[in-house]
Amino acid sequence: MNAAGVIRPTRAEVSTAPRGGHPGGALMQDEPLIFELGGWDRTGIDFPGEPTGADMGASDLAGLTRAAPPVLPGLSEPETVRHYVRLSQKNHAIDLALYPLGSCTMKHNPRLNEKLARLPGFLDIHPLQPVSTVQGALALMDTLAHWLKTLAGMPAIALSPKAGAHGELCGLLAIRAAHEARGDGRKTVLVPTSAHGTNPATAALAGYAVVEIAQTADGHVDLTDLAGKLHPDVAAVMVTNPNTCGLFERDVIEIARLTHAAGAYFYCDGANFNAIVGRVRPGDLGIDAMHINLHKTFSTPHGGGGPGAGPVVLSAALAAFAPVPWIVHVGGRFDLIEQATGAAEAALGRMCAFHGQMGMYVRALAYMMSHGADGLRQVAEDAVLNANYVKARLAGSMTQPFPIGPCMHEALFDDRWLEGTGVTTLDFAKAMIDAGFHPMTMYFPLVVHGAMLIEPTETEPRRELDRFCDALLELAAAVRAGDVERFKGAPFSAPLRRLDETLAARRPRLRWTAE
Amino acid sequence: MRYLPLSDTDRAEMLAVIGASDIDTLFADVPAAARLAAPVDLPAHAGEMAVERALGVLAARNRPAGAGPFFCGAGAYRHHVPASVDHLIQRSEFLTSYTPYQPEIAQGTLQSLFEFQTQVAVLTGLPTANASMYDGSTACAEAVMMAARVTRRRKAVLSGGLHPHYAEATRTFAHSAGVDVRRLAAAIDAEDAVVPAIDGQTACVVVQTPNVFGAVTDVTAIAAAAHAAGALLIVVTTEAISFGLLKSPGEMGADIAVAEGQSIGNGLNFGGPYVGLFACREALTRQAPGRLCGETVDAEGRRGFVLTLSTREQHIRRDKATSNICTNSGLCALAFTIHMTLLGGTGLAELARINHARARALRAALAAVSGVEVVTPRFFNEFTIRVPRPAADVVEALARRDIIAGVPVSRLDPGAGMDDLLLVCATEMTTREDIDDFAEALAVELAV
Repeated sequence: MNAAGVIRPTRAEVSTAPRGGHPGGALMQDEPLIFELGGWDRTGIDFPGEPTGADMGASDLAGLTRAAPPVLPGLSEPETVRHYVRLSQKNHAIDLALYPLGSCTMKHNPRLNEKLARLPGFLDIHPLQPVSTVQGALALMDTLAHWLKTLAGMPAIALSPKAGAHGELCGLLAIRAAHEARGDGRKTVLVPTSAHGTNPATAALAGYAVVEIAQTADGHVDLTDLAGKLHPDVAAVMVTNPNTCGLFERDVIEIARLTHAAGAYFYCDGANFNAIVGRVRPGDLGIDAMHINLHKTFSTPHGGGGPGAGPVVLSAALAAFAPVPWIVHVGGRFDLIEQATGAAEAALGRMCAFHGQMGMYVRALAYMMSHGADGLRQVAEDAVLNANYVKARLAGSMTQPFPIGPCMHEALFDDRWLEGTGVTTLDFAKAMIDAGFHPMTMYFPLVVHGAMLIEPTETEPRRELDRFCDALLELAAAVRAGDVERFKGAPFSAPLRRLDETLAARRPRLRWTAE
Repeated sequence: MRYLPLSDTDRAEMLAVIGASDIDTLFADVPAAARLAAPVDLPAHAGEMAVERALGVLAARNRPAGAGPFFCGAGAYRHHVPASVDHLIQRSEFLTSYTPYQPEIAQGTLQSLFEFQTQVAVLTGLPTANASMYDGSTACAEAVMMAARVTRRRKAVLSGGLHPHYAEATRTFAHSAGVDVRRLAAAIDAEDAVVPAIDGQTACVVVQTPNVFGAVTDVTAIAAAAHAAGALLIVVTTEAISFGLLKSPGEMGADIAVAEGQSIGNGLNFGGPYVGLFACREALTRQAPGRLCGETVDAEGRRGFVLTLSTREQHIRRDKATSNICTNSGLCALAFTIHMTLLGGTGLAELARINHARARALRAALAAVSGVEVVTPRFFNEFTIRVPRPAADVVEALARRDIIAGVPVSRLDPGAGMDDLLLVCATEMTTREDIDDFAEALAVELAV
């Protein structure tokens, strides 16, 4: 133990460090950092017959080279494999159990998609090799674009954004470019109070002032408030649909009409497209731009926090402003327009180096082709069915802010039922870990007190939904029985107990250092 | 349908529990005018074999780097990735987990991010690194925005040696935020023009080394000039293997270092997904974009890791956030960390020397070709040659001989008047035979 009171496992302690008697700890090892495993002058890679340091004598890089190798440990392959497998066992994953994070869409990731993304013809091609040698890759991107445009009912697309928030920025920059092309310097974007944090953050990054739109008592955009704020300085209205309360904005066509009448564009946050894919085309709702999270609706793996992909579908009014690169089909072959000149003169610029997330495109297209037009529609229906089933099964024990009518793909609860029990939303969620489940999204949307947002997705069998609902009902009964201790200290059976996040922020320790 | 577990019986019984007569009832809020009565006009569902066959056909219409001589670099590099790296990142617990918001059940992701941050900090020679960005180019754009916030100035100077895609992405981000981006003229030795462009309004100077033409520069003097003017120095590196051989950005005085981390652990992937590295001086940490992983303790005093300093981030700060970034490039960062763990500092240094040696061998072979001039004086593993014809034509001609000869500068920067320049790269994957084949084919082609 060091001065700060932190127990630092050392090599000698790995197999003997106490696990506090927590159930579930059998065969699980406490695992030091790689920096505590030694190997400072070693490497786990063989380079036989290669030039050594002595051969560098003749280099013309004198004065530009570092005095010594970077001070980082190297581990042999068996040590490395064991280290990261041990670490992996401390993670929850969708492959282990239902992962009910509302707004995040944790659904099964088909392994076929992983296999296809690793074909040398996709994995081992360079973004700047001659286009004549990557016609298959461009055809794949063009096909993906066709599927996304058809599902969205919109005529144009920018594939390159690398994540949802990056797609939001792309959409808003297209809107900005469209206004600027008319010499219109609008400065405001309207965002509902229930929006994802990325919406106002993106609007600010795109140079706009953010004005919030109120929400009605039943969880929808307040049309009166919207109409009152749609003055000539408004560049865009950003609405999530289905919204973050898990409800379809039933007035969406009117929102579009009001927005367009004010000379503004209608941006849709497509994070929840999985609830309506194949049943509703956003283009039919009057939307001008919408990002599609391929890692949500089209099931590319979340990977512990990325990489994602956020292509943006665009209306005819915004098509000319799409960022480069553009894929074009000329004379029976595909080509890339990589400069914002000539045909792409109006393009808003470039969102990133190269052409976007090819590895994610392969996976998403494989997912779409596997489901087909019929299956994608079934995806939306089963996602909505599963959420409503959870909502129905839990409705008797937990309170809902918007109990009337069905939800879309996620069921939203609040914390009124916890009032006076001494248990908070956070406590309840942490106790779910001991019951074998990842917590739901908590305290979001911000407009609902103590929010608990549950998104089961369409890839959960009914058996798993029942297991999940049974576990939550049992926990809810324990709350009512006054078993507060079960919640206050939870989780008890996870690899670690609750972590001190205040300490982490007050005294940031963001890297390992030798003590 | 193989990914959808519900049976029709399940669906009927669940609708009964819900109290809905049919599935359409659950979509009642959708305006009637927008309800699709039938599936959209796309093919119906396909079996695993059919999908594999269809995408296999598309894959076969591309020429993989490994299929023959290959010399492209310019921001994306072909390196060997050990088999264990891809095996480990495909572990379900890494591949199919979410952003680690619940640290008690995400220590695997969090501890590996802490290791990643430490590795990036050491490689860049700076105290703090974040948990990764989308890629090098967006990391560069975010760094410029950060510098504008820190200095409260609105002008950024980009060296003419910065990768044109990075410059364009930065300009695109900065334009709407009101940051004026001045990109200096492209030149092999573009860094020489940077210091005179710095003035009292400059928020930051962005310099790439090795630069987009492959030239390696010591930026220490640029750092001094930037700091004297109250500006920050952002050093960009597109080839992370170079950290094994060259002076680190921190050692040369960088305030922020950004890099493309693809070379370590990640394949070419036609340009993405990649992993952006972002490191900075300690005093700037609270202005940094993106996720940060920090050490703390659990309720029993045991060490653990959490995402921290999140008051910078969009989900807390909304329109006052330091960035709109929500995700990072988690799995690519994990691949980086695992590969880097196998390499260690000494392995990276050796790999870097091998890369440099291969590039010198390539220089010797190409310099001997009549009509070819090597124009990059001091380079790491890529350099620029001048050919007596448009480089794009030469590349096309060699592609017909199944040699992928490199990247014509005109493809990156058509307006620079550098149509006769060709960027070529060699790595540990480049064999003696590849080099000889290239030189021989180039000689034949230029003799025509």
